[in-house]
Amino acid sequence: MSETALWLTILVAALMTYLLRLSFIQAWQWMSVPPLLNRALRYVPPAVMAALVVPALARSGGAIDLSPDNLRLVAGIGAGLMAWFSRNVLLTLGTGMGLLWLLQAVV
Amino acid sequence: MSTRREAFGSGVAAVAPMLPGVAPFGVIAGLTASGAGLSALQAMAMSASIFAGASQLATLQLVAQGAVPAVIVLTVMTINLRFAMYSASLAPHFQHLGKRWRLPLAYLLVDQNYALSINRYNRGGADAGDTGHWFYLGSGVTLWVTWQAANAVGVFMGSSVPRDWSLDFAIPLVFMVLLVPALRDRAHVVAAVVGGVVATVGADMPLHLGIVAGAVSGIGAGLAFEQWAASD
Repeated sequence: MSETALWLTILVAALMTYLLRLSFIQAWQWMSVPPLLNRALRYVPPAVMAALVVPALARSGGAIDLSPDNLRLVAGIGAGLMAWFSRNVLLTLGTGMGLLWLLQAVV
Repeated sequence: MSTRREAFGSGVAAVAPMLPGVAPFGVIAGLTASGAGLSALQAMAMSASIFAGASQLATLQLVAQGAVPAVIVLTVMTINLRFAMYSASLAPHFQHLGKRWRLPLAYLLVDQNYALSINRYNRGGADAGDTGHWFYLGSGVTLWVTWQAANAVGVFMGSSVPRDWSLDFAIPLVFMVLLVPALRDRAHVVAAVVGGVVATVGADMPLHLGIVAGAVSGIGAGLAFEQWAASD
């Protein structure tokens, strides 16, 4: 991506994010949240986070790879267990990065 | 006057225990920015203007993969849709304020100060309505300063970290920590499973639309499951 395109992407993404934040705060008088949207929004966090996590672990070299040779998958499962039980950013980062480095050194 | 200062101060105090969770996330965002090819200025401009960790990290991941700008913006908007929900929830409490308050307050809206503020408003109390925006401002400014400082530390460190440290792997690890508390009931788990599978299978979709496709189908699956479970 060119310098200009990168700058524009950042600024448009920021503007859109601001408009989402401002939406109802500014337009309360003539706008209310449709009930279906309200229910749908509750599923945004799990759906989006999983869509970001799973492909990063389950794909390797441009294809789905669920074998133990996929080091990021193995390290990611370890980190996932740590995230589940600790809910702690630093412990999860430490476990995942530590396992990946260890596996890269050994395999 | 002193009650305003007290409300601001209790906003700062309420958010303080959350900062050790926020700061590493910001450092990672700064660190991975240089790996994705952003200059220090671009990384800090992104941190200051988007001011939302998950969407900053997704932007970096997509820039590194060579996605087109429109898809990056669409992905950011999908991730940040939740801010519209927070905005709707806080709106009735900000209605007595003028634009000079509402415009900057909206800019500071993130997960943590939303959660703290809506709890304080809902708990009520004698002056919750009158000083609530000062509490929100206190927690929001504290989060903002912490976030920018953490990003700056990451950007500063980023140039000295070798590429073979696989630091890009930190991005999905951070999302993992955000995913766990989002799995509140079976419908949320269904949303996550469908979202994750569709994004993985759809990763070859043109324009890197796999994440958006995963998010949309995950949301649809969560709604459908909720409907099905209720009719049972």
